[in-house]
Amino acid sequence: MADNNKNRNASGDSPVDPIRRTLLKSAGLAGAAVASVGAAGQAVVVESDAARASRPRSREALEVLTAAEAETLEAITDRIIPSDDNGPGAREARAVHYIDRSLAADNAAFRNNYASGLAALDDFSRKLRGQPFHLLSAELQDSILVTVIEGQVPGFNPSGGGFFDMVRNHTIEGTFSDPYYGGNHDFIGWDLLRYPGVRIGASESDVALGGRLAPAHQSAYDIPTFTKIIATTGRRGDGD
Amino acid sequence: MAINLPGTDVVVVGLGAAGGVAVLPLTRAGLDVVGLEAGGWLSTRDFAPDELRNNKRNWPQTVQKAAREAPTVRGNANSTAGQGGHPMMNAVGGTSMHYWAQSWRLNPWDFKVVSETTRRYGASKIPAESTVEDWPLDYNELEPYYDIVERTVGISGKAGNIQGRIDNRGNIFEGPRQREYPMKALRSSPFTDLMGGSARKLGLNPFQGPAAIATEPYDGRSPCLYHGFCNKGGCHVQAKSSTAFTTVPKAMATGNLDIVTHARVTRIVVSDSGRVTGVEYLRGNEVYFQPAEAVLLASYAYENTRLLLLSKSSAFPNGLVNNNGQVGRHYLSHHQGAPVTALFPDDLKNWYGLPAQGVAVDEYADDNFDHAGVDFIGGANLWVHTDRRPMSAARMGTFNLVSRNWGSEWKKFIMENADRTNTAYIQKTTLPYEHNYLDLDPTVKDPLGLPVTRITARYGTNELKIAGFAQEKMEQWFLEAGAIRVVRSGLGSVMGASTHAYGGTRMGDNPETNVVDRWGFAYEAPNLGILGGSVMGTSGARNPTLTVQALAWRTAERLVGNWRSITS
Repeated sequence: MADNNKNRNASGDSPVDPIRRTLLKSAGLAGAAVASVGAAGQAVVVESDAARASRPRSREALEVLTAAEAETLEAITDRIIPSDDNGPGAREARAVHYIDRSLAADNAAFRNNYASGLAALDDFSRKLRGQPFHLLSAELQDSILVTVIEGQVPGFNPSGGGFFDMVRNHTIEGTFSDPYYGGNHDFIGWDLLRYPGVRIGASESDVALGGRLAPAHQSAYDIPTFTKIIATTGRRGDGD
Repeated sequence: MAINLPGTDVVVVGLGAAGGVAVLPLTRAGLDVVGLEAGGWLSTRDFAPDELRNNKRNWPQTVQKAAREAPTVRGNANSTAGQGGHPMMNAVGGTSMHYWAQSWRLNPWDFKVVSETTRRYGASKIPAESTVEDWPLDYNELEPYYDIVERTVGISGKAGNIQGRIDNRGNIFEGPRQREYPMKALRSSPFTDLMGGSARKLGLNPFQGPAAIATEPYDGRSPCLYHGFCNKGGCHVQAKSSTAFTTVPKAMATGNLDIVTHARVTRIVVSDSGRVTGVEYLRGNEVYFQPAEAVLLASYAYENTRLLLLSKSSAFPNGLVNNNGQVGRHYLSHHQGAPVTALFPDDLKNWYGLPAQGVAVDEYADDNFDHAGVDFIGGANLWVHTDRRPMSAARMGTFNLVSRNWGSEWKKFIMENADRTNTAYIQKTTLPYEHNYLDLDPTVKDPLGLPVTRITARYGTNELKIAGFAQEKMEQWFLEAGAIRVVRSGLGSVMGASTHAYGGTRMGDNPETNVVDRWGFAYEAPNLGILGGSVMGTSGARNPTLTVQALAWRTAERLVGNWRSITS
């Protein structure tokens, strides 16, 4: 991880520097940070606390995926819901964080499909372009993904198209599900759709505002109604 | 060996929408009732607005009894059936905990399909391969039971026909009702107002559909708060009129209902003379025998049939009450395929809607229009509703407006259009056919080693013709409302496991072609009553639950009123 970061930073203005690109972008978006390029070509970013809290994490604790798998996967999710002129995407929403957690839970059955698929994709990238997938430019990444979807790359179970559909599905889950599950960081996914968020109820005037209703920006489990611990009330739960 | 329990008057197998209603008239009459439920209790704290858990992970039913014995499905007798999911859940309250809660009465025609079609168009209009029969009762006979269930469970809506007085704010095609709904209909929304207005421009009579959802404080429960997670979500304020929050607690309050949760009934036991003596169930590692004077089977269409076929005995070598070979026959599931999806130019403001908050058009349902010019019978209830959540919105179809469903172009598309699309699933008349039936799968078994139900079913040409006809009408309606793109999906072929499953233990006056009599009791074992969609011989073009509940109340009341003759 550390080595890769160093390589990326050393690559300067190369288009294959998504982390630096993201850092600069989030600095610009937050409007509360100063970015400069140091003598060695390294991005030096000074962030406010708020900007630090909202930017994607460059270091990730993983429960299921390997570090290399997560890197490849994050690059794919970034092509599915890209960070672009229209705002942040799956990378900033931490879709990979969600997928990693879900592979230890509800999506556990897909673990091996990820292992074989991510390896096949990265092998193909190295063979064709001489570089790991996550270091390629967006355009080259897209063309490889199209080749995979068309079934022209070996090594996927059950197929390249099936692998891509699975990742797309889980990227959508990781971007648009409740932040409790580890994705939809900073409500990026819900804001993207102009979904005003979970709440206990909505009045007629709330509904009439549609996507202009001020977003609630809370997880379902921030609402006390759904807190499972009731010890403080001294009341026994429902049950038989 | 089974542990013998003290006897009781009545055992009800399953405390869902049907069994959960039946326990009330029984216990109020003073009968001792044991309710056996495969699931457990859920509370409002369990119903978080969580799309991933409710709609994707199918919590909580993924780990339940129903899921582990999901039926296998095949289109015809020459193919091998594959196991899919089970659409229902186990809990006190059953699937009424998280269903969409549309609570329609059937229209009068649905009870008399054969005689009414013959009268109006001649008998040859009925598809020759259909095994459809008239119900043994008509709408008017069921009306008092619809009425009492609407009051007791708590249904909101707007009447269209009160004792013959037509009110076009409701369904003008419904049968006469003795009085108004106990609660006003769910409120309209910008989208239902849009669709209602355009239906009127087309000369149709739109109305807000009925729902088992409180719209005002009712019986100690809160009105609906419209938070938007009703679709496969239980209600966090008990506004949804699940039996777990309505009839079951009332029955418990009588002191006559003993509920056993996590009880998995494996066999209905009969004496050598063929009289039902009780049921055997598994709870934890122990097997119990619960003796009873009468048994009411209310475990859903697939499980009702399965439990009968699994309960073989010397008196019933082919399965309980199956000496006529009718158990599993006349199966159908509602044809709800063939949806129509529309894209609108502006936001529809549906983020805080629910599936029961919708507007209906009934002109093309049942026999509400002249079928002389069409080559099918029955029809479709057109229905659009407000229901949207973020993951499903992001998965919207793209109407061929973007080159692929990922990347910046697609992202921009869903950013603009997440709240601009609507899909009308359309409920259509489905008929029973000789080629559609339930039996036990020859190879697929549940974790106990018992065979699961096998569905052999496909739509007939009548269903496919209705689907094409209804899609045409729905497309016109969407376009009138200003839709800029409309897409019709395929009509379907194989009938998979459904939340709207009918038949298998059909009710009818002819014991040669039906399993239960006009009151819901088995011809071959009169102290066995059967509740649920499995007794219904026709589908109508609308949700079955209220009819299931009215029939369940009626069967329970029959048992109370004829206790000695039924249990002797």
